[in-house]
Amino acid sequence: MSFINGIGLISPQKTLDPSEFLPEVMEYTVDYLKCIEPVYRNYIDPIQSRRMSRLIKMGITSARICMTDSGCAMPDAIITGTGLGSVEDTEKILGEITKEEKFLNPTPFIQSTYNTISSQVAIQLKCHNYNSTYVHRTFSFESGLIDAMLQMEEGMASDILVGGIDEMTMNHLRIMRRIGQWKMEPVNNLKILETYTSGALSGEGSSFFLISNKRIPASYAKLSDVRTFFNLNGSFDADKILPGFLSGHGLTTEDIDLVILGLNGDCDYDPVYTRFAGQFFPGKAQGWYKHLCGEYHTATGFGVYTAANILKHQRYPEILHLNHIIPSRLKNILIYNQFRDVNHSLMLVQGL
Amino acid sequence: MARRIYITGTGIISCLGKNLRENLTALLASRSGIGRIHYIETLLKDELLVGEVPLSKEELFVLAGIAPAEGYSRNTLLGIIAAREAAVHGKLLENRDLKTGLISATTVGGMDQCELYYSDFLANDTRNAYIDSYDCADSTEKIAVELGISDYITTISTACSSAANALMLGARMIRAGRLDRVLAGGCESLTKFHLNGFNALKILDKEPCKPFDQRRAGINLGEGAAYLVLESEESIIKTGNQPLSELVGWGNACEAFHQTASSPDGVGAYLAMKKALEVSGFQPGDIDYINAHGTGTDNNDLSEGKAIEKLFEGRIPHISSTKPFTGHTTSAAGSTEAILSVLCLQHQVIWPNLNFEVPMEELHFSPVKTRITDQPVNVVMSNSFGFGGNDTSLIFKKY
Repeated sequence: MSFINGIGLISPQKTLDPSEFLPEVMEYTVDYLKCIEPVYRNYIDPIQSRRMSRLIKMGITSARICMTDSGCAMPDAIITGTGLGSVEDTEKILGEITKEEKFLNPTPFIQSTYNTISSQVAIQLKCHNYNSTYVHRTFSFESGLIDAMLQMEEGMASDILVGGIDEMTMNHLRIMRRIGQWKMEPVNNLKILETYTSGALSGEGSSFFLISNKRIPASYAKLSDVRTFFNLNGSFDADKILPGFLSGHGLTTEDIDLVILGLNGDCDYDPVYTRFAGQFFPGKAQGWYKHLCGEYHTATGFGVYTAANILKHQRYPEILHLNHIIPSRLKNILIYNQFRDVNHSLMLVQGL
Repeated sequence: MARRIYITGTGIISCLGKNLRENLTALLASRSGIGRIHYIETLLKDELLVGEVPLSKEELFVLAGIAPAEGYSRNTLLGIIAAREAAVHGKLLENRDLKTGLISATTVGGMDQCELYYSDFLANDTRNAYIDSYDCADSTEKIAVELGISDYITTISTACSSAANALMLGARMIRAGRLDRVLAGGCESLTKFHLNGFNALKILDKEPCKPFDQRRAGINLGEGAAYLVLESEESIIKTGNQPLSELVGWGNACEAFHQTASSPDGVGAYLAMKKALEVSGFQPGDIDYINAHGTGTDNNDLSEGKAIEKLFEGRIPHISSTKPFTGHTTSAAGSTEAILSVLCLQHQVIWPNLNFEVPMEELHFSPVKTRITDQPVNVVMSNSFGFGGNDTSLIFKKY
C-alpha cells in the first residue's frame, strides 16, 4: 500500500505552499509557461547555490518543501524522473563545443548529467540510500513511481522521495517547434483548447512526492497503481487494458469519480484523450490540468498533485473542470496521459 | 523462496569487437582495444586515447540490419546491434506470450548527432530528423521497435552506474513477478560532449589507463553497448534456454558526498557491495573475483580499494578492472562488465588488470596481473560507480 504523505511543487502556478491548493489561477499569454520560482536562499545555502543552474535549484527546493511537508526526516530511497535534465547546462556546453571545442569550466558538464538532482538531494539530506534516475520521455516520472512502489512491495523501503523535474528554455522551445511539438506563437494558457492548432503549450515544473507505506494524519491520498504502456503497433488497446487495470483494484469504470486527462491544446493528439474519455467515461466528471503547467515530460507530476489535493481537500476546483459534470463523491481518481499516442500511462489515486 | 534470475543471452559491441565472440577472443588474447580516435571529429583526436568501436556509421547501419536513414545516432546503432545479438541468443523474438521488458541505460543519448547539427537546429530546418533523436529515450524506443518489446520499457541514467542499475531493476521486476524476462543493459557512444567534459575535469589519462596502479593518471573513455537477457524459472521452461549464469545479488547506495568525487573511505561503494551480498545470501568469503569499477582515476581506485578492504577484511578476492581492455564505456560499463563477469563464470577464467605495475601505497592488495585459469570461479561481483556517488554492485553465480 502506498500513500502520498508529502508534496513539493514548483510550477507556473502558485503552488509553493503545500498547505494551499491552487489559491489563485495564474493566466499567461506566453511562448511557454515558466515556473514561479521561490527565493532560493530560504532553502539552499547561497554559497552552494551560486553555481547551481536553475533546474537543480528548483529540484532541490521542491524536494525540501516535500520533505518538510511530509514530516519525514530521511527517505529510504530518492528517485527522480526527467525527460531532458538540465537543458540550460546542456546548451551551454553545446554552445561552447560547436564553436571551438574548448571549455574549461566543468560545472555545466557535471550538472548536465541527468542524475544530478537525485544526488544533490541526497547530499543535502545526507542520504546514503538507494538513488536512481529515469530519463524516458513521459515515462520518466511514472518509472520512478513504479520503482518506488516495487520497493514497497519488496519490503526494501517505507518512505521514498520521488520527483519529476523538467525545464524549458527559449532555445529549446525554438528547436522543438521545428518538429511541431510546441505551438508556434504565444497563446493564452487558459484558452489552449480554443486554438485548434498543432503543437502543445510548452511548460515546466518540479514536483516531489513522499511516497510511504505508512498512513499518517497528514496523508493526502493513496497512490494505488501506476502503469506505463509503450504503444507498439497498437499494443495499447484501452478496451483490453483499462478494465484489467481497474479490476486489479476491484473497480470498474463506473467506480471512477473523476478522470483527469492530459489534454495540452495540441489538436493532433488531444482527440486521443477525448476518444478515451468519451468511450469509457461518458457522463462522468472529466478534468484536466496542463493549461496550468504546460506540457513537459514530467507534467504528470502536476497531475498527481491535483489528484492528491482534490482528495485531501475534497474540493474539485472549477479551473480543472473539462466538462460540466460534478462528481457526487471524490474517492477514485484516474489519471490518463499520453505522448504522441506512443507513451501512455495510467495512474489510480484513491481517497483515504 | 525468491525467484531465481537466469541470464540466458548476451550481446556486446565494444572496441574489442562487434559481437560476443570477438570480445572473448580479444580478452583471451589479453589484447586491449584502446587506441587513437578515428571516427569522432574532435580537436582532442591526437591528444586522447579511447576505446572506440572500430566501425564507421555506415558499417554500423549494415551490422544493425537497418537501411541508412536520418535520425539514427551512433549510440542507437550500437544499442540495436548488441541488443539484437542478446535477443537472438536468448530467443527473445520467440515466445511472444511471455511478458517481456526492455530496460536500457544511456547518458549521452543521441548527443553525437546533436553536437554535429546543433547550429542547424537553431538556425534552419535541414537537420530536423535528428532533433527528436537526441534524448535518452530515443535509443531505447528504437531498440524496442526493432525487437518488438512493449510490455515494459524505460531508460535509466545514473551516469557510469546506469547499466548496472538497469540490470538491477530488471532482476527486481522479474523477482516481483511483474515480468517474465527482461532485456537489460546500456549503450553509449563517444561524443565530443563528454570527451571534453571529462577532459575539463582533468581525469583522462593521455596514456593507456592503469587502474589500481600507483602511477594511474585517469580514464580512457570508451564506447559500446551490452545487453543481457534475464529470465525467470517459469520463463526458461517455456523458452528452453540454457542459463549462462545467475544474477543473484544487487545493491545500490549513494555516497551523498560530492557530485563527481568519491568519498575517501568509499562509503557508497561499501554499502552497495554489502547490500548486494545481503540480497545474494553470500558471505564476503564466497566471492571469487571482483570485476572492479577501477576507472584509473586517483579518486575512484583509492575509494573503491578502501571500501573493498573494509568489506573483505584481509581476505581480499581476486580483483581486476577490465577498463584497460574496453575503455570506460560510462553508461554501458555496467552491462559490459556484467558480460565480462558472466564469461569468467562460463570459461572459468579471471581477466587481468592490464597495464598494472606498481601497487598503490594506500592499499594492501594488488589486482590480478595476468589471466588466471587454474582456479574455480563460482561467484563474481561487478562494481559500477557513477557521478553523484551513485554506486551499484551486482553478484553473478555460476550455473
